[in-house]
Amino acid sequence: MLSLSLIAALILTSAAVALSLRNLIHSALVLIVTWLGVSAFYLWAGAEFVGFAQILLYVGAISMVVLFAVLLTRRSMDEARVQPSSLRRVIAAVLAGGALAGVLAGAVLSTRFLPGAGRPPEINVRQIGLQLMGPHAASLLLVGVLLTVALIGATVIASSFERDDVSSDPDPRARSRGRLPSNSGDSHV
Amino acid sequence: MTSPALSLFNAPFAALAIPGPTFLERAPLELRDWFVHLFPAPAQWLVHHLITIVAVLAVFGLFFAFLTIAERKLLGRLQNRLGPNRTGPFGFMQPFADAIKALTKEDVVPAAADKLLHFLAPVIVCSFALMTFAVLPFGRHLIPLELDAAVLYFFAAGAATELAIFMAGWSSRNKYSLLAAMRALAQLISYELPLLLTVVPVVMLTGTLSTQNIVLAQGGWWHGVIPHWHVFTPWGFAGFLIFLVAALAETNRSPFDSPEAESELIAGHLTEYSGFKYALFFMAEYFGMTALCGLGVTLFLGGWQAPSVYLQFIPSYVWFGLKLIAMILLLIWIRGTLLRLRIDQLMRLSWKLLVPLALINLLNAAFWFQAGELGGAFAIARWPVSIGLAVLPFIAFGRRLGRGLGPRTYRYAP
Amino acid sequence: MLGSGILKGLAVTAKNFVGSYRSPERMVTVEYPEQRLPIPEAYRNFPFLVTENAEDPMGTLRCVACQICEKECPPQCIYIEKSKDKKPDATGKMQIYPAVFEIDTSVCMSCQICVEVCPFDAIKMDQVFEIAAGDRFTDLLLKREQLAKPNSYFHQIRPTEAEEVDTRLAAERKAAEEKAKAAAAAAAAKAAAAKAAATAAPTTKTADAPSADAPKPPPAA
Repeated sequence: MLSLSLIAALILTSAAVALSLRNLIHSALVLIVTWLGVSAFYLWAGAEFVGFAQILLYVGAISMVVLFAVLLTRRSMDEARVQPSSLRRVIAAVLAGGALAGVLAGAVLSTRFLPGAGRPPEINVRQIGLQLMGPHAASLLLVGVLLTVALIGATVIASSFERDDVSSDPDPRARSRGRLPSNSGDSHV
Repeated sequence: MTSPALSLFNAPFAALAIPGPTFLERAPLELRDWFVHLFPAPAQWLVHHLITIVAVLAVFGLFFAFLTIAERKLLGRLQNRLGPNRTGPFGFMQPFADAIKALTKEDVVPAAADKLLHFLAPVIVCSFALMTFAVLPFGRHLIPLELDAAVLYFFAAGAATELAIFMAGWSSRNKYSLLAAMRALAQLISYELPLLLTVVPVVMLTGTLSTQNIVLAQGGWWHGVIPHWHVFTPWGFAGFLIFLVAALAETNRSPFDSPEAESELIAGHLTEYSGFKYALFFMAEYFGMTALCGLGVTLFLGGWQAPSVYLQFIPSYVWFGLKLIAMILLLIWIRGTLLRLRIDQLMRLSWKLLVPLALINLLNAAFWFQAGELGGAFAIARWPVSIGLAVLPFIAFGRRLGRGLGPRTYRYAP
Repeated sequence: MLGSGILKGLAVTAKNFVGSYRSPERMVTVEYPEQRLPIPEAYRNFPFLVTENAEDPMGTLRCVACQICEKECPPQCIYIEKSKDKKPDATGKMQIYPAVFEIDTSVCMSCQICVEVCPFDAIKMDQVFEIAAGDRFTDLLLKREQLAKPNSYFHQIRPTEAEEVDTRLAAERKAAEEKAKAAAAAAAAKAAAAKAAATAAPTTKTADAPSADAPKPPPAA
């Protein structure tokens, strides 16, 4: 139980730190620690496959997506500005947080916890593959379609960005200024 | 506390039930057990693991040291030069001289750098590169950590390299470092795909992610001489070649060393690193190369299996070492031969050649497996079909890759 | 086919690898401190002072401390102090000599201007290049004793030019001796004539007119 508490503390602390940091890159990097904590939890639960897949996908791939997104958007290097809290923001935060908490609480309450199962069943890759291709084929396909759509969308956005610039902006200097998102202001990259 | 996680961290060297292990085969284990029993019983668990870690660190640390000198001497010979020959007999003390130099050099950190991340990047890259050694089966009984999802673990530990490269590039607060880090990341992500796709057929056919079981699945010989290694099947050979190219790119080796091209980019994302931090990146690169070669040996070259039934008297770890060295020498040979690729050529090679070929290779492996299951005439007919499935796409995609990129004609100003 | 070029390249390097062990003439490297490539005769680096006699380098310096090189030196790396007295040089003539002659090789740029301007062929370019030193302020400041090298050394490093210089100097010396002889003869004749014809008009002084072909040491007075 001690190791589970430690893992939980790691996940919660790093998530809180990630939220409170002002530097977006730093908070993205701390978020990676959170994901590592989640995979540590999977490993604790004996789900090696899911645990290592979590590290491989989240630490290896998703983190890169997050970091690239942070770097390629505007004002990534500036520290996020703290805006004065308004009533609308508070209400929105409470609503979003409440909805998430409600969903999680529902999931937790509706789950039947088995009393100490001892050792987890020996599951090999073949069984995981058959499970994914059999009963869970539909969800796998949906995930695949979703990712494909995201990929095509990213390509469309990236390509139309350039074409727009070429057609609407005859001045090459203006074009280059338009294409590089406002990096000229901050000298420290 | 008997949690399942404990078994993960507690896994001793795999003591697989192999009939009649020779003395030499068991010698490292006997040595370790003898040493462990010198300690009181409560400490034995800890000593057992520490000695494993120390052994891996010492063996591969020395291997790294002599790998650098071997590489430099070999590169010299490949270019009709002598290579380093001043320090010690035949220059073999050169790595130690280099280590002393790296340790005594000044460690310059840019004033605007993110000090913590700048410090963490080499630590992360080196420690995670070392972690990948944990699941490589060095011998019949020599595997530091026996995991069911060992292949996944290997790539999960390798994924941290990308993170470290990003941290190195970003924390330097240097535009060029950041750009180079982005380039390096683009390369790593592009080549991770074919690398993983070549591992999938092996996992598919052996039905396991455990490296030790993958090696065991390659046991046996045809007529006692031709081993059942994956590389001797059409899909395995094609997969091995793709793996080799992708491994070269993953470890930033020539001809894919544009992330740190010394002459053009002044070491890319490592521009702002000096002294021992730079040496750590260098070490991590070599550890990564050794580990990936070890994985290649495990997946395709039969791991520690002897190449012939008559050569089994030689201990398994010697075979693993020999195969590992042979593969690394091949990489050095390639480095001494090929030119560096431009970044667009590099991307094209991955996305337009390696990824489609790896996907087709996956189908090829599935066909091979199904035909083998059917047996009889299918088991013989699968050979020409599988070879065709491996060669024809290569020719077709190779033609497409080179289309419109004929020999370059040089025009000069009048 | 794709990849055939790679295989060809691998074959080339494999040939290099085997060949580097079997035929040493393939090797492009020179193991420098042990093996040295011959230095081309025209190679020049840092000046030195020529002495006629290796036995007595300080006594037979060609340099007469005229300080032309000191004045001409663009980076001003030469420092000369004239001697107060005169000493006989290699030919036995009484000459001023450099009491101090120093060249700072950390400043010298090997431009050879000192050699070009020297009217006495006393300073020439050397062929040294291994001048690494522990202290740039003392070890790279070359003294008269370190700069003096015998004419035989000059012959060794640059035989053609040394031969040329020697013949020219010999010719000049001969010419100077003849002129001195002629001057002496003329002076004797003049004295005789003056003695003989005290009443006659003064004769022309042609003997002292300098010859125009080459700069040469002033005749012994």
